[in-house]
Amino acid sequence: MISIEGLSKIFTSDKKKITAVDDLTLSINEGEIFGVIGYSGAGKSTFVRLLNRLEEPTGGRVVMGEKEITTLNSKALRLTRQDIGMIFQHFNLLWSRTVEDNIAFPLEIAGISKTKRKEKVQNLINLVGLSGREKAYPSQLSGGQKQRVGIARALANDPKVLLCDEATSALDPETTNSILDLLVDINEKLGLTIILITHEMHVIRKICNRVAVMESGKIVEQGDVLDVFSKPKQLVTKKFVEQVMGTNDEDDSMDYLLQTYEEGKIVRLHFVGEITNQALISQLAKQFEIEINILQGKIAQTQAGAYGTLIVQLEGNEEEINKATSFIQDETSVEMEGFGNG
Amino acid sequence: MGDFFSNLDTQDLIEATYETFYMTIVSLAGTLILGIMLGLLLYMTDKDGIWQNKYLNLITAAVVNVFRAIPFIILILLLFPFTNLLVGTLRGPTAALPALIIASAPFYGRLVEIALKEVDKGVIEAAKSMGAKTRTIIFKVLLPESMPALVSGLTVTAIALIGYTAMAGAIGAGGLGNYAYYFGFQRRDWDIVLVSTVLIVIIVFLFQFIGDYITKKLDKR
Repeated sequence: MISIEGLSKIFTSDKKKITAVDDLTLSINEGEIFGVIGYSGAGKSTFVRLLNRLEEPTGGRVVMGEKEITTLNSKALRLTRQDIGMIFQHFNLLWSRTVEDNIAFPLEIAGISKTKRKEKVQNLINLVGLSGREKAYPSQLSGGQKQRVGIARALANDPKVLLCDEATSALDPETTNSILDLLVDINEKLGLTIILITHEMHVIRKICNRVAVMESGKIVEQGDVLDVFSKPKQLVTKKFVEQVMGTNDEDDSMDYLLQTYEEGKIVRLHFVGEITNQALISQLAKQFEIEINILQGKIAQTQAGAYGTLIVQLEGNEEEINKATSFIQDETSVEMEGFGNG
Repeated sequence: MGDFFSNLDTQDLIEATYETFYMTIVSLAGTLILGIMLGLLLYMTDKDGIWQNKYLNLITAAVVNVFRAIPFIILILLLFPFTNLLVGTLRGPTAALPALIIASAPFYGRLVEIALKEVDKGVIEAAKSMGAKTRTIIFKVLLPESMPALVSGLTVTAIALIGYTAMAGAIGAGGLGNYAYYFGFQRRDWDIVLVSTVLIVIIVFLFQFIGDYITKKLDKR
């Protein structure tokens, strides 16, 4: 477990004091993927650098497992950093070294023998899916491949924690997804705790178990990704949720839908963390003598299941429609709201 | 044609060319070591550097600036006592070495500093995040990552050095400059001046060519 207590960082420039991280307290469980989301300037990059003391904290404590990071002397800190992998937005590879030599670099730092290094590097290259590119230089790789090298390098010394600083922000959406899949894969395979900083809610939605929302150096909201998604409390959180779910303008168009589709009954279905009822629509269509017409909706997949809303029109005789709606309400965990016409 | 080159003595010419190479290469080696040390000191003690130290930085910068400001021909004269103490003579190519190194090391030091500043800060941060020692950061990150700029800077310095050797030659250091001045200019034997000049130009081109080639080979960006 990583516990962070009252962590703060104040930068002084031109006699002005800027509080980048403000009395931040947080605990992160072992083996989870924890996301920190915030707009640029929220202090999230500084926050992640305080965890391995690339920035020296002004106050507070960071404890990883048994070790109190914030009190280590410089030699102990250096050794501890070998247990904390880190990947970066701009990859930060050494352009003068090949893929394999880049991955070998942290092993050289740790004083691993040459034969052992070679074996380890090959395993890592296979793990991140870069076989055949061992002798390439970073300049010959695509962004996604560079980040794979970054990940392999970060994993070289078998760290227990991986810090990701905007690791996908410089990548296109498709490459982002493949890198996120890789992160989930290593999280499961190696049981590694991942702390991920991002400004993209999509990243949080796709891989995180828990999320903290950061604004002006403080955590303003935190919890399971699904809870934060379904019941965002703060305005910033709502804005981030809108990034993936679209703006909540359904209510405006509800009247329009009711006017346009006069037949049958219109219902709104809320999926919150659905795994078992993802096939609800086809279940309904098979079990009941009704027609289902999807009018509007948005479903997104999170680590804890599907989340989103569907507005559907149920057509058929009234009895069948009522049977179907009570089935939804009683037999499934999908929340339902009914509207007129019924 | 034969008449025009009548004053040339092949043996003297070879001797002078050899001396020019000797002075350039030995002083270049000295410049490389001293210049990298100066450049690293300037870079590391600078603001946000690993050894950040305002005073050490100011002192190093002052020394570098003073030595770069003194014209070479005057520097040689000022260094006479030092050279005499170190080499035991004021004549010949070896006697020119201290002045050559002291004149070009601060120049190269500044080029080294510029080269190091070009190294991506993110890469240094990454090395720190892996638990690298300062020594590792210097020898495995800073120097390899700035190598093309270090080599092209050394090429520029080498060419300036060839010019300096000719100047040193004029006050008795030997080499092609010495040959052209004493045997050519002062005796009005223009053929010697011409051939010496051509040879110096060829040596400059040679250094430029080798430097460019190595820079290009090293640069994997």
